[in-house]
Amino acid sequence: MNDPAIQARGVHRVFGKGRKQVIALSDVDLTVADGEFVSLIGPSGCGKSTLLRLVADLDASTSGEITVFGKTARQARIDQEYGIAFQQSGLLPWRTVAGNIELPLKLHGVNADERRRRVAELLELVGLSDFAKSHPDQLSGGMQQRVAIARALAESPRLLLMDEPFGALDEITRERMQNELVRICAETGAAVLFVTHSIPEAVFLSDRVVVMSPRPGRITGIVDVRADGMVPAHDRSAGARDEEGFFRAVGEVRSLLHGTPETAVTARGVDTR
Amino acid sequence: MRFRGIVLGFLGVATVVAAWDLYKGLGPEQGVLLGDTRILPRTTDLAMPHSWEMVQRFGEPVTSLSGAPDAFNAVFDASMFSLGLAARGWLLGVVVGLLLALVMSRFRIVESALLPWVVLSQTVPLIAIAPLVRRWGSEIEIGSHLWTSEDSVAVIAAYLAFFPVAVGALRGLKSPEATHLDLMRSFGIGWWRTLLTLRIPASVPYLLPALRLGAASAVIGAVVAEVSIGLKGGLGRMVIDYAVAASGDPAKPWAPIFGAVAIGLVAAGAVGLLGLVLRPFRLTGVAP
Repeated sequence: MNDPAIQARGVHRVFGKGRKQVIALSDVDLTVADGEFVSLIGPSGCGKSTLLRLVADLDASTSGEITVFGKTARQARIDQEYGIAFQQSGLLPWRTVAGNIELPLKLHGVNADERRRRVAELLELVGLSDFAKSHPDQLSGGMQQRVAIARALAESPRLLLMDEPFGALDEITRERMQNELVRICAETGAAVLFVTHSIPEAVFLSDRVVVMSPRPGRITGIVDVRADGMVPAHDRSAGARDEEGFFRAVGEVRSLLHGTPETAVTARGVDTR
Repeated sequence: MRFRGIVLGFLGVATVVAAWDLYKGLGPEQGVLLGDTRILPRTTDLAMPHSWEMVQRFGEPVTSLSGAPDAFNAVFDASMFSLGLAARGWLLGVVVGLLLALVMSRFRIVESALLPWVVLSQTVPLIAIAPLVRRWGSEIEIGSHLWTSEDSVAVIAAYLAFFPVAVGALRGLKSPEATHLDLMRSFGIGWWRTLLTLRIPASVPYLLPALRLGAASAVIGAVVAEVSIGLKGGLGRMVIDYAVAASGDPAKPWAPIFGAVAIGLVAAGAVGLLGLVLRPFRLTGVAP
């Protein structure tokens, strides 16, 4: 498959009409290669979630073209080319953990044996094998989010769309979840489009960080974390957060966000979140 | 916990009974007056029979005529008759209410058009619509079934019962969060399967109290409609008949009132059993 996971060309999205018009996205071009991890980062209102929703076909662009593995966004949604996770886990409270994970499989007519096998596999992957029969309200926020990720992975999609999935978690849980996500991505080989407003999170997880700015929402720059030896070998191991290159990449993203050039080194150890 | 609930329930009833008899025993004969306004009732045997007299009355014959049945039997039969009509009305009301809620949740424009009328429907006095229902009903002939007064009563009970069901179910069907709806869309399933997978289960916590309220409304509707339609055999007519005897037999009018309370409890309890069956879906976290 040579089609990129996501290709967006000249995408505009305008909300409202007349004087109340808001330009959420203006002339956005973006390509995400198969297996690539790309983060969208920017302040509120920069259109990062809107872009993700357009890719997911949860919303339609005003103009421009979005393809997912060479298909229209709509066709890709119907063909289940992507899995999706949101800031709220969106688990159905009356279903068990296993019941939530198998939901997409069940809705698409996968038989019971196959479902059971796949759910066991996914529970293992997210480390929740002991909680198959629990209900979501018995789990912590981090565990609920892991169930949501397992559900997104249920049909082995080659693209994962994640809209601030760790946004509601505490810092400690969040870092652990990031490590988990790196491992899961390595195991599944899926491409990821990841929306966040945490700079270290974006840099740690991504191959490329796409920096966006608001009014109108647009892409202001892209930091390729793999380039410049920013993170050695880009192995994204837990220790990568302490590497010199990590801070350089953080600094670069930050300067793009604030629109002022800043020497990368001064950013070291500073957390502006 | 369960045991404590039962004890507290009995204590509540006992308190009401004790308050009644204490006031009757100790209160002034002419009641308590504030200026010319009586704020507490007279305590005469005519106005306030002792609670045990009301209970005793159940064991005595309805009238002094020979062969008259026990008041208990008469009230029991009438209660069952009214309960049956209320149940029919409830079923009809639930079906209509659910259908209305479904259409309203599906089409915004239907909601805007219909919801005000649904609310308005409850402001029309039952007494006013009862003769209309009977007249229109008498024009109806379904197969070999001729419209009866029982049907009219059931329809009027349904008229009261559908309202809480429609409003509660509508709120429940619209309760899923945006994330859940986005997720269903991302699964590529349409409105119908979203309804079955998400909306209906999510509506259960809203639906159960609505069904219970509907059951209570159906009982009231049935009893009042029996009076308005003039249907014999149920509690409604019995309330009127027994009230006539109040001057000579003050405990008697209370018998059908207790009957109405009893069937109200039975109706609400039956819906409560439904709640036990649907217990898993009460865990929604969607409800506040």
